[in-house]
Amino acid sequence: MTPTSVAFRAILAKDLRGELRSLQSLPAMALFAVTTFVVFRFGLDRTSLSGSLASGVLWATLLFAALLGVNRLFVAEREEGGFDAICLAPIDRSALFAAKAAALVVYLLALELVVVPVFALFFLESAAALPPLVAVLFLADLGLAATGTLISSMAVHSRARDLLGPLVLLPLVVPLMIAATGASEPLLAGGGPGYHRFATWLGVLCLYDLVFLLVGYAVFDFLLED
Amino acid sequence: MEPGQSRDKPALELVGLRRDYGERPALAGIDLELAEGETLLVLGPNGAGKTTLLRILATLLRPSGGTVRALGCSLPGEAWKLRGRIGFLGHEPLLYRDLSGRENLRFQARLHGMRGGAAEARIAAILAAAGIERRADERADELSAGMRQRLAICRCLLHEPELLLLDEPDSNLDAEGRELASAMLGPAEGRTRVIVSHDPERYEAEADRLLRLEAGGRPVAA
Repeated sequence: MTPTSVAFRAILAKDLRGELRSLQSLPAMALFAVTTFVVFRFGLDRTSLSGSLASGVLWATLLFAALLGVNRLFVAEREEGGFDAICLAPIDRSALFAAKAAALVVYLLALELVVVPVFALFFLESAAALPPLVAVLFLADLGLAATGTLISSMAVHSRARDLLGPLVLLPLVVPLMIAATGASEPLLAGGGPGYHRFATWLGVLCLYDLVFLLVGYAVFDFLLED
Repeated sequence: MEPGQSRDKPALELVGLRRDYGERPALAGIDLELAEGETLLVLGPNGAGKTTLLRILATLLRPSGGTVRALGCSLPGEAWKLRGRIGFLGHEPLLYRDLSGRENLRFQARLHGMRGGAAEARIAAILAAAGIERRADERADELSAGMRQRLAICRCLLHEPELLLLDEPDSNLDAEGRELASAMLGPAEGRTRVIVSHDPERYEAEADRLLRLEAGGRPVAA
């Protein structure tokens, strides 16, 4: 059997190369997020946001932008027979779950690299909150990637996949979004970042990530069965 | 061949193999034994379960009943032992459109544990055998259906499988492509083949055994 680490790297490299060439997910995610910030900026008629409102605007936008990436995660496998090609190889199928989740984390980090500075430009009075926000973004991305990969792999075989993915995914990520907004709120408070209950929310994010990474690892093989 | 596996052992043993899609039977009790190195030709009309049979042997579908042993591995329980020893050529070429032909083969090589210079040499040799080395760096979606089929044959043979499962291997191929495919996919020492075709004359001469299926996946008595 091919070592899982070799299969993981091969699938991840294939996905990233495919996205770099086709640019089917990232530009759409970034355009969606920036447009949403523009809508919030004019809809709320505010030049600066802080605390829970800023946190809510940021995470609502990132969540729905992430859905675009989640929906396209297994499109190449479905349209081009890649599921069969991977299932025929002597690999542990959890390598596919891990590689797809890692690819989604890379897409989300790339998205945030572009849109979080735009968010700061539109809504924040200072960029002091951004460095500690990186930890929250990374942990939330990990949870979104684990849950999104799991749901996307289930939905991709369904005719109603574009509807099914978000319908199942959104309720599952509510705890993740509560923790992400809870951790971000003190960082985005007016007058500079604070750390009230910051560690607690980071702990919740870590727990969520751990649970869904383990669930994904445990059940992914069964999801690929006919 | 696995250590300790005798050449006399059948490459394929099917006993009462069944597969149902809901209430509808796709295969209804297939009994068959095929020795190593032999070729089985599977014939039958559309909907007779030929592709289903190949997908079960390729470990892509689970049987609903009966027993299946391929290359000494019991399916579906020992599917993980069998993967990597089979080459599957189905209706889809199983190629990623955004990758070039060579990149697709490199990806498959890595999934099959082939790396470095040996993998590159094998890829170069098989692309040359299929007559597509000059087009190998073009994206798969820029190739014609015939060229993609040649690339799919390369993917199927890349890891030198012991059991070939071929579903209409000549699809989309021109006369030159069919000749090359015959040379690449033809009988070889120790290579067992199961070929599904609508064109019996094309493969009957090469076949050691014949399995005729009728609608509903019932075998037709010889």
